[in-house]
Amino acid sequence: MKKFAWFLTLVLALSIVLSACGTPAATQAPPPAVTEAPAQPTEAPAATEAPAATEAPAAEPFKVAVVMPSAKNDLAFSQSMYDALMRVQEEMGSDQFQFVFSEGMFVVDDAAAAIRDYASQGYNLVIAHGSQYGSSLQEIAPDFPETSFAWGTTVDTFGQPNIFAYEAASQEGGFVNGVMAATLSKSNVIGVVGPIETGDAKLYVDGFKAGVLSVKPDAKVNVNYIGSFSDTALAAEAANTHISAGADVLTGTAQMVVGAIGKAKDNNVLWFGTQSNQTSLAPEIVVASQVYHWEGILKEMIALIQSGTLGGKSFKADLANGGEVIEFNPDSTVATDAKTLAETTIKGITDGTIKITLP
Amino acid sequence: MISDLFSVTVLIGILASGIRLATPYLYAAIGETFGQRSGVLNLGVEGQMLLGAFAAFYVALTTGNLWLGVLTAMIVGAIMGLAMAYVTVNLNAEQGISGIGFFLFGLGMSDLLFQKLLGTVETVKGFSPIYIPGLSDIPGIGEIFFKQNLLVYGAYLLVPIAWFVLNKTTLGLKIRSVGENPDAADSLGVSVAKIRYFTIILGGTLSGIAGASLSIALLNVFQQNMTSGLGFIAVALVYFGAWRPIGVLAGALLFSMVNSLQLWIQVLGIPVPSDIAVMMPYVLTILVLVATVSRVRAPSALTKPFEREN
Repeated sequence: MKKFAWFLTLVLALSIVLSACGTPAATQAPPPAVTEAPAQPTEAPAATEAPAATEAPAAEPFKVAVVMPSAKNDLAFSQSMYDALMRVQEEMGSDQFQFVFSEGMFVVDDAAAAIRDYASQGYNLVIAHGSQYGSSLQEIAPDFPETSFAWGTTVDTFGQPNIFAYEAASQEGGFVNGVMAATLSKSNVIGVVGPIETGDAKLYVDGFKAGVLSVKPDAKVNVNYIGSFSDTALAAEAANTHISAGADVLTGTAQMVVGAIGKAKDNNVLWFGTQSNQTSLAPEIVVASQVYHWEGILKEMIALIQSGTLGGKSFKADLANGGEVIEFNPDSTVATDAKTLAETTIKGITDGTIKITLP
Repeated sequence: MISDLFSVTVLIGILASGIRLATPYLYAAIGETFGQRSGVLNLGVEGQMLLGAFAAFYVALTTGNLWLGVLTAMIVGAIMGLAMAYVTVNLNAEQGISGIGFFLFGLGMSDLLFQKLLGTVETVKGFSPIYIPGLSDIPGIGEIFFKQNLLVYGAYLLVPIAWFVLNKTTLGLKIRSVGENPDAADSLGVSVAKIRYFTIILGGTLSGIAGASLSIALLNVFQQNMTSGLGFIAVALVYFGAWRPIGVLAGALLFSMVNSLQLWIQVLGIPVPSDIAVMMPYVLTILVLVATVSRVRAPSALTKPFEREN
């Protein structure tokens, strides 16, 4: 047992060293806490140096901490938040706005520990970026009445004065993608790779379906929920299944779709993305992506917090308020034809002439 | 709707998908079989796979040489195996816990390297399907078995080779005797330590290939935690397969075929809730396990460190 204890110490020491190495020395003033191994969640926030805020009492920066379930560069949900925070920082300047993050927090207990740590370190806003963190937040928030919390995607603030909620009207971008997909499909069979049939993913998939059927009522939209947000191999095989079933246009949501995009690329099948811009992964086949731009909502929250309101409000990102943007692949040859149609559809959804009915 | 399942396209689709899905399980579980037959349970398979997947992907991306990628994955897996062997054979550490340690190390390390060296999800041109001349033209069968990529063929070739080595060679006899009765093996001059080092390093090497089969042959991308529990399923498949390569093959195929079946059930719009559909492979595997497991016995020395009595 002694030898084992020695070994365990070694592994732990190693992973601490590794987490320390993982800290990028770029952009953010306080080094972001990169959590490498989920086993040591509490070390990540602890490793963050206290921001040198006290040195400049005149302009104390607004400090945000975010906990996200996957990697900050997952080309999906987590990246949408990371990119938004970067854009807010660019706009406000790093002397006015600073943020730290813990990524890859797929274990909810670890995330809860990180949320509590950040709150006790005096961050102005702690974001729990994942609906799975809701019940943890509900327990933690009352202990820190001076700290503002936000979580998504949801509308539920638990009636607490220091919790904001945010969600995306993913069905809107889904509808636009669906309209384009239906127009571009020759076989009239379209495949969707989804994670788990719930929340934001379900909204997107249902909106996409409605969009396809609004153009081609007799088209077939085959939907496949693989039961996981991380099983890249199964997502790839789901894409293969769609292609064997005759699909010539695919879409999908959540971070495991990179596997499906790879298959779409191998088979030269068109792809529509969501959450983040997925063009970089397969410029040959990605037509457009619905991208979440949380920065508008973030700025509203910051303004509210600075004026003394710490929560109690829920926000929705949609096409009308710029929280969702359809980003086209500039290199796609089909994108130009589809673009005109997409723009009419976006206009229709924004001004209310197109109503999306979900099942 | 249900009748759609029995069309030729669908049946071929299910079988071809199942063959592909089983590939990483086969490499990892056959490797694990060698380790367990010699008495060592390695729960670090998932970590070895992740590092192998990253190594193969990174080398293939930067050099464009897929075989160099596979070789690097093998070396990385072997080094992980060597470390595991040192910890379990020389230090006599508790096998289950040290395996978990290696899993976490592989998970964190592969993610760290990914962040530092790549920074974003990219794709690579992986192994293309190889059409076996003649055989691939057979209707149906050709589509299912003979239009896959090289690493898929390799996984299935591994099964008879592993069976032969374990059952028909002196080395296999030594491995089995070390796993059943290390004291007796030791008294007959078989080095327990050497045999276990060999099997654990072999297991690591094969886990490395399992990772490579994902990142440069089946998916052609690398993503943080991309194996998502696959390595642990591989360990379970060794128990399922009763520590025999052919049993492992049966388990891997069963699990994968049911998984591809449930994908088709959803695509065809057969009214089964998706939550139930995705449960099918697991439920069926458990049922088969319950029905068969009582008849087989694990290697007697499994998870027991060997210390020579003086």
